[in-house]
Amino acid sequence: MTTEYKTIVKDGLWENNGVLAMLLGLCPTMAMTTSATNGLGMGLATAVVMAASGLLVSIFRSQITQEVRIPVYILIVASMVTLVDLCMNAWMHELYKVLGLFIPLIVSNCLPLARLEAFASKEPPAQSLMDGIFMGIGFTLALTAIGAVREITGSGTLFADASLLLGPAFKFMEMRLLPADSGILMMILPPGGFLVAGLMVVGKRMLDVRAGKAIQMGGAHSAA
Amino acid sequence: MKQQRTMVHGVILGVFCLGFGALLAVTNSITEKDIAARALEDKLNSLSQVIPDSVHDNNLVKDSITMKNDRDKEITVYRATKEGKVTGLAYEIYGSGYAGEIKLMLGVDAQGKVLGVRVLAHKETPGLGDKIDVKKTDWILRFTDLSLGNPPVDKWKVKKDGGQFDQFAGATITPRGVVRAIKEGLEFFNAHKAQMLGGQ
Repeated sequence: MTTEYKTIVKDGLWENNGVLAMLLGLCPTMAMTTSATNGLGMGLATAVVMAASGLLVSIFRSQITQEVRIPVYILIVASMVTLVDLCMNAWMHELYKVLGLFIPLIVSNCLPLARLEAFASKEPPAQSLMDGIFMGIGFTLALTAIGAVREITGSGTLFADASLLLGPAFKFMEMRLLPADSGILMMILPPGGFLVAGLMVVGKRMLDVRAGKAIQMGGAHSAA
Repeated sequence: MKQQRTMVHGVILGVFCLGFGALLAVTNSITEKDIAARALEDKLNSLSQVIPDSVHDNNLVKDSITMKNDRDKEITVYRATKEGKVTGLAYEIYGSGYAGEIKLMLGVDAQGKVLGVRVLAHKETPGLGDKIDVKKTDWILRFTDLSLGNPPVDKWKVKKDGGQFDQFAGATITPRGVVRAIKEGLEFFNAHKAQMLGGQ
């Protein structure tokens, strides 16, 4: 069973988007989207882990028996997370100081696990790697979008501290859109997260309806 | 037959654990030294914010002692010396904020005057209590050069409690916790001056 690359890209970025369609990985989505930069960082770290674990599971997919697959998946995801954590701490320390907090959280994200079960365990390595990458990018886009809305309404800035995450060259991204102290505090507190994420899900479904598509109900086992 | 199959699953799981365990062990041994070096750099960086480089010529991390603070918690006291004489001390102090503990690093000179103080970790409300962080506002800088007696001990409070330090609009508990933590930190210095300045 092989899925076409085009479908993988479309699924990951929009149709079957981890957050907006499958409603998975909501824990880091709520916690890390207080600013667009945080959402971006969390998303990118997750994408790396998803790509690596998808590739590995796919390579070993005929060795992993049905009965022990879940512990093996968890083992692989946890190992990849630890690997990324150690390497970044040692060699990308500036980035680690910003992202370090989020990386261990990836283990508790059910999106990678869901993709391993629904996709990588059935598909060849190249497809699985692609699926990991594009599901990860889709996750990143959703988190950045939610983060951007919360940051603009909550603190009046956009991509604050982006240069810490991406390097000094990205200083131009840091913007102040509203005067200081005019933000609605609630938006960067937990209720704002639920509100914005909910509205984004509604927005995606409305666009899908307008395009005449059938609404896909959320869940890990909806079409891979 | 059934038992044999169970064995197979066990072996598979075992092999994967062994493989990935080995991978992590290798990565750990490769990165260990670099990580330790980075952690030391971070420590020195945060210390240099509360103890200016100009007052010492030693390695602060190497010259440190462990003491018990008033809450029976082990703290590390970093000692700054210049030409063999102690010129400053830096140690962690703790305050209670609106949402749990606030951890700060306090630097004082040998006379008990504040060289600098910075927030290391806190869980205060974003936009309200987090103004104690030097990244958000320069509120915390006002403590530099103050000491017990300047202002008088009974003025080491936020304005709302009759002291001389500004609270924030909408947040009194956080600055109150910080002011008290610094005051207690200075009292700790006064009480243990001999030990902190004295021999190794």
